[in-house]
Amino acid sequence: MAGAAAKTTLVHRPAWRVTGRWVGITGLLAFLIAPIVPLFIWSISFRWFYPAILPTEYSARAWTEVINPNNDVVGVAWNTALIALVVTAFSILLGVPAGRALGLYEFRGKRLVEWLILAPIIVPGLAVVLGIHVLFIRAGLSNSLPGVILVHLVPTLPYMTLVMSGVFANYDTDFELQARSLGAGRLATQWYVTLPAIFPGVVVGAMFAFIISWSQYVLTLLIGGGQVQTLPLLLFSFVRSDPAIAGALSVVFILPAVLVLLLSSRYLSGDSAAVGGIGNI
Amino acid sequence: MTQVKLSGLTKRFDEKSEPAVDRLDIEIESGKLTALLGPSGCGKTTTMKMIAGLLRPTDGDILFDGSSIVGIAPEDRGAVMVFQNYLLFPYMSVADNIGFGLKMRGVSRSEIRTRVRDMLDLVQMPGFEERRPKQLSGGQQQRIALARALIVQPNVLLLDEPLSNLDAHLRDEMRELISGIQTELGITTVFVTHDQEEAVVLADKIALLFEGRLQQFDVPDAFYETPGTVDIAKFFGGTNFIPGRCEDGRITTAIGRFRAPHTAVDRGEAVLSIRPEAVELGGGGGNSVRGRIRSHVYVGRYARFRVMIGEVEIEVITDPGQVKKLSDGDEVSVRFDPDKIWILGPAADGKDGRADSDSARQPAG
Ligand SMILES: Nc1ncnc2c1ncn2[C@@H]1O[C@H](COP(=O)(O)OP(=O)(O)O)[C@@H](O)[C@H]1O
Ligand SMILES: [Mg+2]
Repeated sequence: MAGAAAKTTLVHRPAWRVTGRWVGITGLLAFLIAPIVPLFIWSISFRWFYPAILPTEYSARAWTEVINPNNDVVGVAWNTALIALVVTAFSILLGVPAGRALGLYEFRGKRLVEWLILAPIIVPGLAVVLGIHVLFIRAGLSNSLPGVILVHLVPTLPYMTLVMSGVFANYDTDFELQARSLGAGRLATQWYVTLPAIFPGVVVGAMFAFIISWSQYVLTLLIGGGQVQTLPLLLFSFVRSDPAIAGALSVVFILPAVLVLLLSSRYLSGDSAAVGGIGNI
Repeated sequence: MTQVKLSGLTKRFDEKSEPAVDRLDIEIESGKLTALLGPSGCGKTTTMKMIAGLLRPTDGDILFDGSSIVGIAPEDRGAVMVFQNYLLFPYMSVADNIGFGLKMRGVSRSEIRTRVRDMLDLVQMPGFEERRPKQLSGGQQQRIALARALIVQPNVLLLDEPLSNLDAHLRDEMRELISGIQTELGITTVFVTHDQEEAVVLADKIALLFEGRLQQFDVPDAFYETPGTVDIAKFFGGTNFIPGRCEDGRITTAIGRFRAPHTAVDRGEAVLSIRPEAVELGGGGGNSVRGRIRSHVYVGRYARFRVMIGEVEIEVITDPGQVKKLSDGDEVSVRFDPDKIWILGPAADGKDGRADSDSARQPAG
């Protein structure tokens, strides 16, 4: 190792990624905000017929309905957020150690594990869920909140694990040993050394997990059996019957995604090894 | 001050392959600077990590002042390792890096601040508190890494190749810094190097490792004057090995019989070894033979000759003045000073006595 450059970062960050940083973020935001504009116009329109480019008459009816406590849209939104947050927390708790194992260590059957993790992403969700449904009914998990949370982990956990294994593939565990040697215990080492190093990856993975759970329709419908109400379900029920309300709900539905993205854009940028790390799988 | 004893220390990374570290027995004196020397991959870092508690030994024991510390967590051992690539925490300032160990020990912020300042003075980098590791040169990073280890006042300081990532001029500076600090603080220090010259200059004692096994544990001079095997002698720049038989302080070889009072074997098969700089050309007298100059190079500070004595080629390093007196093809008297001949046991691999130019090295100093 004579002459090898000294390591100053725990993960490698090629300079070219930084250049594309703002281009990427701006593009992504435009991509997310653009669909909101027509949705919002829908939500406040009263009359809007071809060939008019904008509605000919406006109304606040849809928004009044959304805010109306009797319709409990806020409650459903809160429920959706709660599910997404719990799902995200579990994804982090399980996905970080799983990603570490995959990214750092060679072990027998590693390929197989990688395939098993990818499977829920590759195999059509419906096929997976039908299988799980039977299982959940037997376990008494169907039509329940825990069941919905569990089934949301099926698509979120693979994403979290993949992101984290990318992060750990570029991670040097000697930093942890160095901390131990300097007097840090196991927990302190995780807190002061490991966490700061993998934090951008955790944020990106958590964001994936949150948005996947937040926007889940099929899984919630099948396992929740109508007992667990979330925004996507509510939204779908209005799509045919009342486009204006559907428009208003869509805005409510999309906003958190944009918000999450804005808050974490610092980590989703070219500066983040987590995003680049995915390419190592 | 702590005495460190390795006893049968062994590390096997997997069942099938050879152990990376194989039954090491070393007693590291308290307060001294000891070098773990050996070619790349011989198990130096592995040994160090075991002493630091960062790697569990497969077998054997490590004792600090007579009591085993194998079961003790690294953070409680009082042995701090400085890694080869410094490993400064990139998202912390220099001050936070140096103060890390004290923070882990619950020392107050104000005391940390003062002691960090003292450490920066010690490594001659005052005023660097707020810098980031990225803004430092390799040599500066090395100093900060050293300060970060020293601040916790370790009983045992472990330095893994502290000089190998530095440019030549920084290396001398760093070497003096390490030596100065070590003498001043008197910490039992083990440092790893693959460079025999570095080990000789810095260490009080050297442990030479080949393929995970201890070859010789001795003071620096001994590796030049009384190496244990031909391989050890070669690692320290020895080039002339002539097989023969020895008895009663004499050795009989294909090129003659020589008086040789210093010997590792009493009688029987042996190898005459003499360092190239110890061979005298043109002198004559006892212990001399006739040879013929085959080639020579002038290096400035010294000259190197290849001399054929019968079928045996030997290497001779002389003062540069000899170049004017001797030309290729000249017949010359070659003298082996009896005090400088060292008789070794027979080479295990049965190598002949030809000078091994692959392992020829610059003479030390
Ligand atoms: N974590 C590990 N797993 C498997 N083999 C290892 C590991 N670390 C080191 N080795 C092997 O052990 C031997 C000694 O390595 P090391 O102690 O790093 O050598 P040195 O520091 O002397 O260059 C080498 O053959 C190396 O490949
Ligand atoms: Mg090494």
